Amino acid sequence: MSMSIVAGIDVGSRSTKAVLLDAASRVIARSETETGAFLAEAAERAFNQVLAEAGLSRADVAYIASTGWGRYQVAFRHIQITDITCHARGAIHLFPGTRTVLDIGAQNTRAIRVEANGRVKAFRVNNRCAAGAGRFLERVARAMELGLEEIGPVSLRSQTTTPISSVCAVLAESEVINLVSHEARVEDILSGVHDSLTDRIVSLVRQMGAVEPEITLTGGVSRNVGMVHALETRLGLPLNISPEAEYAGAIGAALLGHLRLAKRAEAQAAAGLPAPVG
Amino acid sequence: MYYVAGVDVGSTQTKAVLMDENRRIAGRALTHTGANVVKAAERAFDLLLEETGVQRSDVIYIVGTGYGRYKVTFGDTQITEILCHARGANFVFPGTRTVIDIGGQDTKGIKIDSRGEVLDFAMNDKCAAGTGRFLEAAAATMGLSLAEIGEVSLRGQDGIHITNVCTVFVESEILSHLAWGRKREDILRAVHYSIARRSVSLLRRVGLDAEITFTGGVSRNQGMVAALQDVLGMPVNVSDDSHYMGAIGAAVFAYERAGTLSERALAAADWQEGR
Repeated sequence: MSMSIVAGIDVGSRSTKAVLLDAASRVIARSETETGAFLAEAAERAFNQVLAEAGLSRADVAYIASTGWGRYQVAFRHIQITDITCHARGAIHLFPGTRTVLDIGAQNTRAIRVEANGRVKAFRVNNRCAAGAGRFLERVARAMELGLEEIGPVSLRSQTTTPISSVCAVLAESEVINLVSHEARVEDILSGVHDSLTDRIVSLVRQMGAVEPEITLTGGVSRNVGMVHALETRLGLPLNISPEAEYAGAIGAALLGHLRLAKRAEAQAAAGLPAPVG
Repeated sequence: MYYVAGVDVGSTQTKAVLMDENRRIAGRALTHTGANVVKAAERAFDLLLEETGVQRSDVIYIVGTGYGRYKVTFGDTQITEILCHARGANFVFPGTRTVIDIGGQDTKGIKIDSRGEVLDFAMNDKCAAGTGRFLEAAAATMGLSLAEIGEVSLRGQDGIHITNVCTVFVESEILSHLAWGRKREDILRAVHYSIARRSVSLLRRVGLDAEITFTGGVSRNQGMVAALQDVLGMPVNVSDDSHYMGAIGAAVFAYERAGTLSERALAAADWQEGR
């Protein structure tokens, strides 16, 4: 059975996620670690953690696929696959009805249109500027001396939103500090912050045309209830959110690793070679 | 003796300059702006009076400038920082025809005439790229202070190119250069050149007529001065007062306005004596 265990490792700009999938494509273990500056070490750490979680050793894993910002730094990978492909595949796996994927990561937000088989039809990414990505929320949380996990729930308490005019994540920090000093309510400012990020994300999605449901939210920001509320309100549609939303990229990578492994076995069988040993 | 003052409330620091009736700079004060902009303006002005020993009542005209100029509640009037930087640069370096002002949150290129009047300007205030905030973020990422990084960058060698524009993305780019074992001074050199190139392309929108005067808080950074001169291929004027240029310009405006006031007062005094 260990023959067909595959690993997916998603090296993101904030955190690195790893999952192990069994032959039936079920997630048997997951791990998460902060990426930090040393990407190769973060990948190593995440992989060791996920192996420990499953009680397996490296020799038990037949194939390793990496994705994310630091996918080329995963020294022990068999293949690297782009984040877009992996998030699309992971989202379809979690919610088969998915036609639009919104992956909101720390540095990049990706809007992806997918077919039923997980193939990518179109995508848009903010790749020049962090406005519209999770770092915007991180910087605001830091400026307001709140934890990243606190700002979403606090924003939901707002009665009247205080609009935020800065688009730049760095300049928004100063704007927020000024608003606090002018005695605007923390929840109203945070509501404005979530609305501002929503504006940017929704405009990214609409660049691909009318929004096709179902919409699946992936990436770390999916844990933020304030963001989910703001997005659902603006889009007028519910969002699919799995408890494994954050691992969608790693799951997608592992699934594609599975396919790759099966193809390799087929090719080798056709050439009359013995099946590969994990 | 009467005095006038200029108070420049910037996004990061608030500067105040005192000018005497002979149009000479009589004192300077500097404080962090922080969250309370009104208090920062008051603090800078109080500090200025304290350091110069001048009485509040002897300061007959005050001009506020900078992004927080409307928070200078004790000011007689407000004048935009573009006009004040132009006038300040003209006061300190009369040959100035182009001003490059790099502040905490914005960068401006200003074209001026021989009297310090603004002919044209270009500005970036939508994005932190190329501003003081960008340098602050780079310094923090490398665990250095803002005051250190310029000097460190001067020891760096050419060879690294910063490819991102966004401050947030550059933070990650710096981390990956560090992870690859690149030297801090080489990375910082690249960061300074990246800002210099952005600033020069902003300047080109208004023209690059000599002399060029560098103003704003970032002008105190020697690494930035060197990188700008290299990219421009010409020297830039920088003085210890570069950073006070907006406040100096505001004080010059205050002097001009007070001049007409005091002339009136003198005329009134003459008339009384003659009677």
